[in-house]
Amino acid sequence: MLKENVISSEKHCFHCGDDIIAQQYIQNNKRFCCSGCKTIYEILTAHNLSNYYVYNKIPGKTQSKATSNFDYLEVPQVVSKLVDFEDEIKTIVTLYIPAIHCSSCIWLLEHLHLLQSGILQSRVDFLKKQVSITFKNDETNLKQLAQLLSSIGYEPLISLQDIVKKGQSSKTERSLITKIAVAGFCFGNVMLLSFPDYFGLGDFEREFKNFFGWLNLAFSLPVVLYSGREYFISAWTNLKAKRLNLDFPLALGILVMFLRSAYEIISQTGAGFVDTLCGLVFFLLVGKWMQERTFHHISFERDYRSYFPVAVTTINEGVERPIPLSDLKTGDRILIRSQEILPADAILLNGEAEIDFSFVTGESIPVKKTLGEIIYAGGRQLSGSIEMEVLKPVSQSYLTQLWNNSAFIESKKRIKTFSDTASRYFSIVLLVIALGAGIFWISTDPSKALASFTAVLIIACPCALALSSPFTLAAVLSVFDKNRFYLKNTAVVEELARINTYVFDKTGTITNPNAAGLQFNGTIIDAQMQLISDLARNSGHLLSRELTKFINKPAIYSVQEYTEKIGRGISGKVNGNDVKLGSSTFLNLPLKSSSEGSAVHVMINNVYVGFFTIRQQWRNGFKELMFKLNTQADLHLLSGDHNHEKKQLIPFFQDSSKLHFEQSPQDKLDYIQQLQKEGKKVLMFGDGLNDSGALKQSDLGVAITDNINNFSPGCDAILDGLSFHKIPQFIQQAKDAVKVIRMSFVISLMYNTAGLYFAVQGLLSPLMAAILMPLSTITIILFTSLAVRLFAHKNKLL
Amino acid sequence: MNMIYLLIGCSILLALMFLLAFFWMIKSGQNDDTFTPAVRILFDDEVAEREIQISDEDHA
Repeated sequence: MLKENVISSEKHCFHCGDDIIAQQYIQNNKRFCCSGCKTIYEILTAHNLSNYYVYNKIPGKTQSKATSNFDYLEVPQVVSKLVDFEDEIKTIVTLYIPAIHCSSCIWLLEHLHLLQSGILQSRVDFLKKQVSITFKNDETNLKQLAQLLSSIGYEPLISLQDIVKKGQSSKTERSLITKIAVAGFCFGNVMLLSFPDYFGLGDFEREFKNFFGWLNLAFSLPVVLYSGREYFISAWTNLKAKRLNLDFPLALGILVMFLRSAYEIISQTGAGFVDTLCGLVFFLLVGKWMQERTFHHISFERDYRSYFPVAVTTINEGVERPIPLSDLKTGDRILIRSQEILPADAILLNGEAEIDFSFVTGESIPVKKTLGEIIYAGGRQLSGSIEMEVLKPVSQSYLTQLWNNSAFIESKKRIKTFSDTASRYFSIVLLVIALGAGIFWISTDPSKALASFTAVLIIACPCALALSSPFTLAAVLSVFDKNRFYLKNTAVVEELARINTYVFDKTGTITNPNAAGLQFNGTIIDAQMQLISDLARNSGHLLSRELTKFINKPAIYSVQEYTEKIGRGISGKVNGNDVKLGSSTFLNLPLKSSSEGSAVHVMINNVYVGFFTIRQQWRNGFKELMFKLNTQADLHLLSGDHNHEKKQLIPFFQDSSKLHFEQSPQDKLDYIQQLQKEGKKVLMFGDGLNDSGALKQSDLGVAITDNINNFSPGCDAILDGLSFHKIPQFIQQAKDAVKVIRMSFVISLMYNTAGLYFAVQGLLSPLMAAILMPLSTITIILFTSLAVRLFAHKNKLL
Repeated sequence: MNMIYLLIGCSILLALMFLLAFFWMIKSGQNDDTFTPAVRILFDDEVAEREIQISDEDHA
């Protein structure tokens, strides 16, 4: 056991656990993969915080990514938008930190006061990945705080849109829980007070009957007026709009039950149905809570504002100054550093621009821009700083204009659920039966007319019916959750079952952004591969890292005379050999037009050996997925990229007319609209900002991401890339869920019919109602959750 | 048997107190984060030098 530990600690970084590939960084007998990890270890040990490594083995995350510039946190306008509370002495701020993932993170972040004495308190909310920090204004500030967090590997993600929730959603949940508590409290007490009557009272105890009745009536008041209020409001607004939803028979049932109970108790003719009434409201609210409960804290409503930076550095007469994005004007000179995102359309004035547009246009290969060229907003600068002049304000750039489209302004139409449709017929049938029973008894025995009329409305109150959807769908949601498929709400499940057309984006959606397949063209021997690998190890460029991973050899030689020309190539002496890697211009080769994207050419001792080409790799299980979906649905591809991969993709889609390349964000939106006009139910899979319009327009927009804490565009559901191959199972599960809802409707209707048999005869006793209502409810809860789990096992999702 | 009025009164009062305690709990935000406090309670208060020593040997 101990030995294994020794071996693993030699190969893996003590801080983050990554393989140690390049040179080792050693401190206190511990090995680190990079200077970032080592620095964090040094900071923590210096401040007596090495318990961080005790609670968990390898608690850190890799530090290879460059840290951001936090200068903008000195701008008062930005700070005032971010902080929760501020006075002369202290400030409270809540920051979202995606790196929070284990108990060591909690421990370290709650001991920040040991690192910086100005921090008074820090509290972590683990599930929301937030930390709330109180600090003294005269000892530190927000910028220093952000830098401190970054220096220990917990860089906060700061955005002006919705990353940190300001308690808005929890308020509605709190009020619902309060309502449930009131209903539950009254339900319990009423049940206790109703029991004596159900079991029959002796002559002696009769005097209590009135007392119990009045108490019951008192308990029912808060249930009807407070807990059940929403049902009356919803039924009334729907009725005014000439709609019959499930809340109508529910509200009618509650009202009739209350009135009849009040009448019976006041006139001392019976015990009333207070017990059933309180139980009904209690169970209904629990169902509602199940439906609205969120298992996760993911935002589904993001737009470009959460992707763009909060502020940008402007240059005015040689002075660099950060300003908030909203203050950016046409003609401003801005500085974009390496790995920063360009927030507005601008002209390149200075520097070497190599821009990654994959998120904006779907183009998979970084684009080089020359001085004077216009660069569209949303691109990420890959290497070195560039200076630019802003052409258009942020809200009117090529990309952000998409959000002015009507698809974003009109709220998406509500998904029509099965229970909506069914409840309309249910309400009509219910009223017909109640009136029929009433009229029948008026002509035969008028004393029973009102009793049977109200009894029908009471017993047929669709409690079990109202619970079948929320309990089924909530169970499905939690099954999906376990499989890393996160839905915005329960109605999405039903919509998923109806989908018959799938539209895919290419880059990042069906291709895996983290894995590019490399291929060597030419002849090469193993020893030469070793030289290439040793040279590439020294470079931080994306392609070099891919190359080292692809060759997968341990380091042997060190490199002398290493030089790197950013964005062009690297060279050096490895074991006495001159090795050069890079573009054809870097190696002074005649320009070769490569049809398959970028290439890395290799030259050893001035002899051209060959070149590596990069191929996008399909996500795991892509082929199987497409062949499975092909048999049951219509598949389309909408890509913003060039069509150099068209040939490989044709076999997956039915014919080439369904593949569309070089599509602008607007084109994608229009294409979805066209499909919908043909009467198709469209599901869009996308990942980038350029898919935002299509995701919004489609019947169901699913964003695919490899890290759910990273940015993903506004959508109805978020799918983790690891579960991409499970899509057919998810769809089957959704279809099965609709089946379960239908079956439970039948079951609850059977209970209703049994109750109605007594109700129409005017024979319904309070005891019968008090047994039938909870019994049907519990049957439905058990049936739906068991059936969903059973189907999940069948679909291999559990 | 008049005692039963008093007893029922007491039981309802007691139940009401629990209900109010529940309201108080919701309002104070005790349920907003149900995960972190469970982890927090397991941390040691002082910085434990000894444990670090042990883990050093583990990795050395």
